[in-house]
Amino acid sequence: MAIRSFFLFILFFSSSLSPVFSLYEDQVGLMDWHQQYIGKVKQAVFSSQRAGRKRVVVSTEENVIASLDLRHGEIFWRHLLGADDVIDGIDIGLGKYVITLSSGGSILRSWNLPDGQMVWESSLQGPKLSKSFLLVPTNLKFDKDNVLVVFSNGRLHAISCIDGEVLWKKDFEAESFEVQQVIQPPGSDLIYVVGFAASYQFEMYQINAKNGELLKHESASFSSGFSGEVSLVSTETVVALDSTGSILLTISFQDGKISSQQTPISNLVEDSLGLAVIIPSSVSGIFAIKTDAVTVFIRVIGEGKLEVVEKTTHEIAVSDALSISEDQQAFALIQHASSEIHLTVKLAHDWDGNLLKESVKMDWQRGLVHKVFINNYIRTDRSYGFRVLIVMEDHSLLLLQQGEIVWSREDGLASIIDVTTSELPVERNGVSVAKVEHNLFEWLKGHMLKLKGTLMLASPEDMAAIQSMRLKSSEKSKMTRDHNGFRKLLIVLTRAGKLFALHTGDGRIVWSHLLRSLHKSEACQSPIGLNLYQWQVPHHHAMDENPSVLVVSRCGPSSDTPGVLSFVDTYTGKELSSLSLDHAVVQVIPLPYTDSTEQRLHLLINADKHAHLYPKTSEALSIFKREFLNIYWYSVEDQNGIIKGHALKCKCTGEVADEFCFDTRDLWSVVFPSESEKIVATVTRKLNEVVHTQAKVVADQDVMYKYISRNLLFVATVAPKGSGEIGSVTPEESWLVAYLIDTVTGRILHRVTHHGSQGPVHAVFSENWVVYHYFNLRAHRYEMSVIEIYDQSRADNKDVWKLVLGKHNLTSPISLFSRPEVITKSQSYFFTHSLKAIAVTSTAKGITSKQLLLGTIGDQVLALDKRFLDPRRTVNPTQAEKEEGIIPLTDSLPIIPQSYVTHALRVEGLRGIITVPAKLESTTLVFAHGVDLFFTQLAPSRTYDSLTEDFSYALLLITIVALVAAIFVTWRLSERKELQEKWR
Amino acid sequence: MEKGKGIMGSGRRWAVHFSDNSTAPSSRDIPDPPGFARASVDQDDSTVSRQKKDAESNWKSQKAWEVAQAPFKNLLMMGFMMWMAGNTVHLFSIGITFSALWQPISALQGVGKVFEPYKDNKVDLLGPKLLFIALNLGGLALGVWKLNTLGLLPTHASDWVSSLPPAQEVEYSGGGIPL
Repeated sequence: MAIRSFFLFILFFSSSLSPVFSLYEDQVGLMDWHQQYIGKVKQAVFSSQRAGRKRVVVSTEENVIASLDLRHGEIFWRHLLGADDVIDGIDIGLGKYVITLSSGGSILRSWNLPDGQMVWESSLQGPKLSKSFLLVPTNLKFDKDNVLVVFSNGRLHAISCIDGEVLWKKDFEAESFEVQQVIQPPGSDLIYVVGFAASYQFEMYQINAKNGELLKHESASFSSGFSGEVSLVSTETVVALDSTGSILLTISFQDGKISSQQTPISNLVEDSLGLAVIIPSSVSGIFAIKTDAVTVFIRVIGEGKLEVVEKTTHEIAVSDALSISEDQQAFALIQHASSEIHLTVKLAHDWDGNLLKESVKMDWQRGLVHKVFINNYIRTDRSYGFRVLIVMEDHSLLLLQQGEIVWSREDGLASIIDVTTSELPVERNGVSVAKVEHNLFEWLKGHMLKLKGTLMLASPEDMAAIQSMRLKSSEKSKMTRDHNGFRKLLIVLTRAGKLFALHTGDGRIVWSHLLRSLHKSEACQSPIGLNLYQWQVPHHHAMDENPSVLVVSRCGPSSDTPGVLSFVDTYTGKELSSLSLDHAVVQVIPLPYTDSTEQRLHLLINADKHAHLYPKTSEALSIFKREFLNIYWYSVEDQNGIIKGHALKCKCTGEVADEFCFDTRDLWSVVFPSESEKIVATVTRKLNEVVHTQAKVVADQDVMYKYISRNLLFVATVAPKGSGEIGSVTPEESWLVAYLIDTVTGRILHRVTHHGSQGPVHAVFSENWVVYHYFNLRAHRYEMSVIEIYDQSRADNKDVWKLVLGKHNLTSPISLFSRPEVITKSQSYFFTHSLKAIAVTSTAKGITSKQLLLGTIGDQVLALDKRFLDPRRTVNPTQAEKEEGIIPLTDSLPIIPQSYVTHALRVEGLRGIITVPAKLESTTLVFAHGVDLFFTQLAPSRTYDSLTEDFSYALLLITIVALVAAIFVTWRLSERKELQEKWR
Repeated sequence: MEKGKGIMGSGRRWAVHFSDNSTAPSSRDIPDPPGFARASVDQDDSTVSRQKKDAESNWKSQKAWEVAQAPFKNLLMMGFMMWMAGNTVHLFSIGITFSALWQPISALQGVGKVFEPYKDNKVDLLGPKLLFIALNLGGLALGVWKLNTLGLLPTHASDWVSSLPPAQEVEYSGGGIPL
């Protein structure tokens, strides 16, 4: 015991000597990796060919605008707009400005194409919400200045391309007018604004592009009404569907006269089934409609006559038109056929002739093609070549050229929903998954280089070679479990419903799997992946059983749609099975019990508060029955401000006898007064967190007993007035209340009010403490508070002899129904940054001290020692307290630049930080995800249990050899001397 | 001292006594020469040897006492070293403390050996031994006291509970905000 405490002391010393954790420049990339993504591409614009390097500018659903290299798919530059700054349109103006329209059409920005610097920004206001359009006419000039035409918020603007100045504007204030298209026929000075009024009237406004003057306003009413979008088939003709979705309306407004033609779809397609929708496309003369089963391409032949040109049952995607010469337009069409996709490029007026027809092998794990963007180039023989950029169902982006995939980007990883980890396979003799041995010569060369480096003989080139060797050391990217537990698989679920396994060593994708259960189907219209859970983690049969994860998904956005479970093997990425449930999934509760095959028991709660047990085996049921009375669950209804506790009652009564379904009853409820409190944050301890000890040794060898409970819930509420943006309320009418609630009994263990404070609240709960971050309106600063909770009823266990002999009940199981006597200690500090995420390091045994990981507003991860958030800090700590490691109290928390975990990098759009313990107690693995991914290893108390990477093994070996030799030599000498002594 | 050891010690294997010490004349064939008074010689001899032995045992017991008192000096030196080492835990203080603990223990283990040379029927070694043991125990106590002042003795409750795992909870509850 004494030795142990001594070691802890040493540990503390070594950590207190250098509390700053940082790394050297040449250590960057050794343990960490960083990947940049952009998200699912919404719109792509190819830069004109005059520009030096071929590039494509894209806008994505993650609100990123990026310029990508067309050769390799690398990012030239990238900007992440805010979460509420959704991009509506992008285009390239004057060949050198990227124009973006965002925030519902209210912000127009211009960026310099080569380097991505912002040139200007203008804010566009308008009378009412509407669709927004961005047009960049090539030949519309106004005083030598190119003009941008923007329709947004019910107002038409003409904006200078050079400086973003509004040249003229025109309001469309008519109450019911809904704009559908804004058209600028090339070569004319006219702008057409077409739309619907009162859903049955077609309106057309003709506007002079020079000054915004209204030239003509025509309207025509259609008794059948409209549904969905309109498709533009020529500059002066649009096609729309009537409200029944069965009649096509061809409306032309040539010369300001509206004329129309109605064609029932059944006239064109005999076996038309279900509701049709128009696929938006800008190809002149041709449009497509899609019903459930078929896609039909229809050509408009003058005077509103329609003709079917092709009918296909394949999944299809069409690009926008690309004008390749004065009067020729080309477009790309992609059709799926089993494991291939067929790309055809056609001219708009000539359906039957193909400019290009290619087949490309496509991994079915990428799903369907969602979007196609076409671009042309001139081949050496002066003919046109085409390349297409396609966006797949899994949000990946691919460039096809000459029948090959030139490059691909896995941009689905920009929208991660949930992360879990899995161990790698155990190393078996000869069955190493990745064989990464190189030959003897290279091995020798490497060691020679390293020796040169150690002896400081290496030239700069040698140093570079050594560095690159260190970076791609094969050890860290092996596909087997390592002794220290650094190598793991990160299993991530993306918004596209694709599951990826990333290797922690180098971040490469080990496998990816588009979940079949997340495919659209008859029963499941719009499946959404929700969460990942560790389903089976084999320890006893680690050699012959693979771990698996549970993916919980749901068939629609509302919470009462049925759920889908899929089980995926984490070694191979194969979907083991999937279950379509007949009930909804509102909550998933992983239980702390496993069956004999080490499958974890899960309780799924449906919308009617019935609990369903999974796996549905009799063994699981018997385990569950044993613990039946001790299982509770709670629900947080944040809309109503109620937290309810429930217990399981009996088997489900009703329709079908299902022995895995249980009724529940309400036990308790905490109702927050809706006029004064609104729930903004709830947080619990992580289920898999390991706590080493229940005692905390304070100064003078005193003991405090932590109140460690898995069933504690931290709830933060704010005044409803103060739930808006920071600064929207005065300090007097805003407050924040923090609660600690026991979720078994509903007992409120602690309640504290912060007057004059406001959300957003970010909180993290670990062991017996909770740290939360909020805004203090009085001080105009962010604040962080810590609450530590201690068990007072154990405090009198101080008799050493009883403890020595083990005559105490400190480790006997306790029931939460016995009233705990707790005391809390809390303290608050100012903090400079606002936060996006907060997490805490976790280690295998919970011995190592903790660090808070703060995702700052600058998209970086900052490590902050928990010792800074210790409620026992005082301004003048006593000697004993100093020895214990208590830092003198200061009003604000320090930000040490070296303790940025992400060092010089940024994790754009940071959303979450996940910590996973390694097997080595000192080390924790950190994964931060947003649009970018970042992974590193952290040792909050330094690596006290292993030698550092730069430890000189050679020196150690030499020393040992020298010592052994010295021992032998002296032994011989002493023997000889002894002999001589004896002869004397 | 060396000589004394040589005679008294285990080095002697055999000896020829040229003086015949037997007092009974009947055991000899040859009568004593005239003028030779055997008794007086005998008497003389025995008194000399007795005196010698007495001196030896005196000397032995004196030495034994000296040996027994030796740890006292050690004790003082140890105390001084400990005072020098201070009360914080580092390599020096740990080393001193452990040597302060080890010396008395090893000395106590070898009590018999230390006093073996002075073993004699006539010398009472109990006193020196007891003193020796007492002084060494004193040294040990000093070491333990030092250990305690360094805070390395598990005499507090905190030393016994610091690795107690948290108590298991009977109930389990899960849930949260609906998905």
